[in-house]
Amino acid sequence: MATIELQQVEKKFGDLHAVKPMDLTIHDGEFVVLLGPSGCGKTTTLRMISGLEAVTGGRIILNGRDVTWAHPSERDIAFVFQFFALYSHLTVRQNIAFPLQAQGESKETIRQRVAEVARLLRIEHVLDVKPGSLSGGDRQRVALARALVRRPAAFLMDEPLGALDAEFRETMRAEIKRLHIEQHATTVYVTHDQIEAMAMGDRIVVMSDAVVQQVGTPAQVYHDPANLFVAHFIGSPGMNLIKGRYAAGTVHLREGVSYPVPDFWVSTLNEVLKGEGDVILGFRPEAVTVNSEGMPATVYATDLHGGYTMLHLDLGGEEIVHARAPRSVHYPIGTAVRFALEPAMVRFFDPVTEKAIVREVTA
Amino acid sequence: MSNVALEHITKRFKDVTALDDVSFSITHGEFFVLLGPTGAGKTTTLRVIAGLEKQDHGDVIFDGVNVNKYTPADRDVAFVFQQYSLYPTRTVYENLAFPLQSPLRKWPKERIDQRVKEVAEKIHIAHLLHRKTANLSGGEMQRVALGRALVRSPRLFLMDEPLSNLDAKLREALRIELQHLQKTEGSTTLFVTHDQIEALTMADRIAVLNQGRIVQIGTPYDIYDRPATTFVAQLVGIPRINLLPAVRENGLLNVERSTIRLPLPTDRTIPQRFLLGIRPEDVRLAPDGDLRGEVALTEPLGVETVIHIRSGQQTLLSIAPGITDLKIGDVIAYSIVRERLHFFDLDGVRL
Repeated sequence: MATIELQQVEKKFGDLHAVKPMDLTIHDGEFVVLLGPSGCGKTTTLRMISGLEAVTGGRIILNGRDVTWAHPSERDIAFVFQFFALYSHLTVRQNIAFPLQAQGESKETIRQRVAEVARLLRIEHVLDVKPGSLSGGDRQRVALARALVRRPAAFLMDEPLGALDAEFRETMRAEIKRLHIEQHATTVYVTHDQIEAMAMGDRIVVMSDAVVQQVGTPAQVYHDPANLFVAHFIGSPGMNLIKGRYAAGTVHLREGVSYPVPDFWVSTLNEVLKGEGDVILGFRPEAVTVNSEGMPATVYATDLHGGYTMLHLDLGGEEIVHARAPRSVHYPIGTAVRFALEPAMVRFFDPVTEKAIVREVTA
Repeated sequence: MSNVALEHITKRFKDVTALDDVSFSITHGEFFVLLGPTGAGKTTTLRVIAGLEKQDHGDVIFDGVNVNKYTPADRDVAFVFQQYSLYPTRTVYENLAFPLQSPLRKWPKERIDQRVKEVAEKIHIAHLLHRKTANLSGGEMQRVALGRALVRSPRLFLMDEPLSNLDAKLREALRIELQHLQKTEGSTTLFVTHDQIEALTMADRIAVLNQGRIVQIGTPYDIYDRPATTFVAQLVGIPRINLLPAVRENGLLNVERSTIRLPLPTDRTIPQRFLLGIRPEDVRLAPDGDLRGEVALTEPLGVETVIHIRSGQQTLLSIAPGITDLKIGDVIAYSIVRERLHFFDLDGVRL
């Protein structure tokens, strides 16, 4: 059981601001993902929660208790790293039992807890072998088991799947999530992989340049990104973001290409832009339908992704629109097409502040 | 006419057989991808074609001419590596011009200048021409490396995982550009990767390599829709194909330890026991679906949600559009697209 609160927590390394003051409450039993590119401050944040890194300012509260200056061992938090640090001379069973022996637990308790966690992670059949002979996936399961067996108040995981190959990553991703659902231990998980973050997190904290860009559920960061960074970073490919100029219910994208804004956006845009102004039109690839109506473009490339096709449409001026299409669709490069947008999936951003323009919902 | 052909190439390193009777041919203007896991023999194949490695058996044929005895320089191929090997203290312009300044070419300065600018324009690095390469980002450096291969207009491009070191967004962007460039230039390209998405999205044809042997050669549609083995079936597709043990029983297809029963296909002979392959997008949630299961896990990815459906002791992955509000434990109805099922014998060979 753990609730973790960060109050104005920040970190400086000399002149470098690694994490700018941030507030975040992680609820008991929640799975929160810190997501961002390398150098965004996500790992530093995790290390501050663990106590491995001292804060430069702010407070960290664990279950109502100020642990800002508490030693890592006094925080009752287990850390799982990307590189599985297992003892190669001990068997899997001894590796998992190790933290319990260190805590002075009885032999019977240790036997029970190891058996239980081995069942949960499906590694019962390898308990008596040494880690060296295991596959990467099994080794990471053992590392997880060793963290789990302690029953800590919270888990901190730093890219635990980063070193695995793609197929294991997919399997382990689902297993860690399943484990979380069964155990409901508060978990803070760091990754640079937006697919992992979306798939696993109850909430995602998107970070960039030492600043929290948005905190939200997968649906919120995907459908209503707070700014251009989040819009581009989430999704593969990210949201289409096209520069244009708004006036009188229409966004002019370039010579001869304009987008009539859906009715329910007009009053908001009129008000925010005071009638006219530069704007960025945003829409996900699945919001695009290629057909005989709409905006003109030429096909730049077509790729099959197995279950679907991604079309890349050249709007001119080096701007490419990504459009998701059924797998049977194929156009030769250079084909002239038209495309339309699903009105409910259209978003607008301010090109100066880079923030999303929020639509006023009238009753 | 085939531009490049490998015929029965075998290559051993001491006791290890790196390539075992490898044959394929690349048509003029084709984007040919060698796909396989680490250690499959992909890079060795490239090196044999380039003449950097001598095969123990077999022939390398360029336009009908056996080039086994040709030196690497005589083979007129251009390499693009994962690590961009650029001259760090020289400008982008100098790096691009270098391959053209060979005394053998005898190109005048103006012609070199024209070609460098033309290529720079094409790969969007014209604004970087006077920068030192040491000061470029990873994506920019890989563009320059690509440009340096491109200026020469070689017979064949050999690309060894050139996108692997880049971050996901850059890889995506360069993949699209590389495909566009290859198609519009018509340059013959052999591209090596372990990344199935790169192979599916860019290739005209893919050769799947495993443990030094060619497992299958075909278009991306062939590889995805008619995988020759379970190895190929599992190599392509995200999430991975469902592969379930099944038996024939009372005229029905019966997935073991589950409640999944389907009609048997009538167009081929199915043995008593076999493996059934079902792509996740062919498992469709539908209120009137004939199958029932329980939601074991949901993974929202934004554009779609991966749903783990439990049926008996088996778990089936399914893809549903958008972000669903399904909860773990919900009982759902679904159906399986019958005409897209895959059948493999117990050795993993397609039936």
